Amino acid sequence: MNGPLINVWRGFRSLVSGMRITLQQFFKPNVTVQYPHESIKMPERFRGHIIFVRDPDSGKSLCIACKSCAKACPSECIVVDGVKREGEKKKSVTEFKLDFTKCSLCGSCVEVCPADALRFSKEYNLASPTKGEYVEIDLVRRLEADKP
Amino acid sequence: MNLPEPFRLLLFVLGTMAFVGANAAYLVWVERKGAARFQRRPGPTEVGPAGLLQPIADALKLMSKQLIVPPGVDSILFRLAPILVMMPAMMCLATIPFSEALAARNINVALVMVFAFSSINVMAIMLGGWASRNKYAIISAARIVSQNIAYEIPMMLVVITLVMMTGTMNLREIVDQQAGAIWHWNLFRLDENPLMPVTFVIFYICMLAETNRAPFDMAEAESELVAGAFTEYAGMGFGVYFMAEYANIVVGCALATLLFLGGWQSPIGVWSGIPWFLLKMYALVFSVIWVRWTFPRTQFYSLLNLSWKILIPVSLATLVLTAIMMKIL
Repeated sequence: MNGPLINVWRGFRSLVSGMRITLQQFFKPNVTVQYPHESIKMPERFRGHIIFVRDPDSGKSLCIACKSCAKACPSECIVVDGVKREGEKKKSVTEFKLDFTKCSLCGSCVEVCPADALRFSKEYNLASPTKGEYVEIDLVRRLEADKP
Repeated sequence: MNLPEPFRLLLFVLGTMAFVGANAAYLVWVERKGAARFQRRPGPTEVGPAGLLQPIADALKLMSKQLIVPPGVDSILFRLAPILVMMPAMMCLATIPFSEALAARNINVALVMVFAFSSINVMAIMLGGWASRNKYAIISAARIVSQNIAYEIPMMLVVITLVMMTGTMNLREIVDQQAGAIWHWNLFRLDENPLMPVTFVIFYICMLAETNRAPFDMAEAESELVAGAFTEYAGMGFGVYFMAEYANIVVGCALATLLFLGGWQSPIGVWSGIPWFLLKMYALVFSVIWVRWTFPRTQFYSLLNLSWKILIPVSLATLVLTAIMMKIL
């Protein structure tokens, strides 16, 4: 008679301790993020698609249109063009297009860039009903549109 | 209030229906919010402030759906079952006193009436499952019958234990006996019967099982039986079952409050009234939700084992011990 009663008592106590644990959770803050209303800040090393680094002095791109990135790219998804403007030492970029449908975010372009003109963006809200928007991401226009 | 009898009756019918409807709708919201808090998420937030209009949106959605009666079902029983599930919960509220003055009917056998009507609930769910012509629904219906019969016995035994102490089945008189202070509540009247807490725990467990709540929700074992007895129901047919579950919880918790927690009596002896009754009842409702989100569903045979091997012997023992104590002391 002793055995089963002790068993019942133990079971009852374990139920009560389970209830205590859930009640403790009840009063703790939420752990979820309500995505469209709020979102998590991306970590430092997150790799979104590449974007230009802005020259802090001139506010323009640091790119010298050397095309190293286009050569380094294993997926051949970068097209660069540039001109040499009057009175400037370096070439400046006029066209930089990224085909993000092919890009594998390997980072060779960022690594190889002699002017450190490229970096990964923190953008991850990428969705579109057509692929057009991501076949050609125009980095030059993006930099201009994103005036500081 | 001295209203003519027909008006009083009408008022109570309307009041009961409104009370049951509002509770069923908003306890769903409370359940979802509660579940969310236990799992540390916000729960419904989009419809209205803090998701407060969610039950209305749900109801609109359910009502706009087609009521499908699948071919081959017993169409009369199939349509009747949801009504039969909802009706007993409302009938039970006719005898439940909310306060000294607020009760539809003060009858001497109120307790018997509550139990009589709440056992219709079992039959109604079984009819729904049977009429559905669906193997999952029939398995679930069979389970419900064996579960509810198994748990009705210990529930009756603990209620008999209690009635032996109170000497009456009139709910108002039972509450009146508990007037005074917290140590006069039946749950804490250890001087008269030290087994009272055990009785309460058994009553509470049986109430969970009778209302088919987790961890005893064999009626709607989603993971095994699709949706149990409700598999074939669409739209508001399912909605009524869903509401009836909450209405039954309200009735069960109200009964537990009246029998064990002193009904509308305040724990300090003064300012007794409806607020105390509602406070105690909703505290119990919260604990029911709390239990649901703490424990996983039991297996069916361990559910029956719990009743036949533990609850029935223990409640029989409390009954016999109480009888002996009352005779000797």
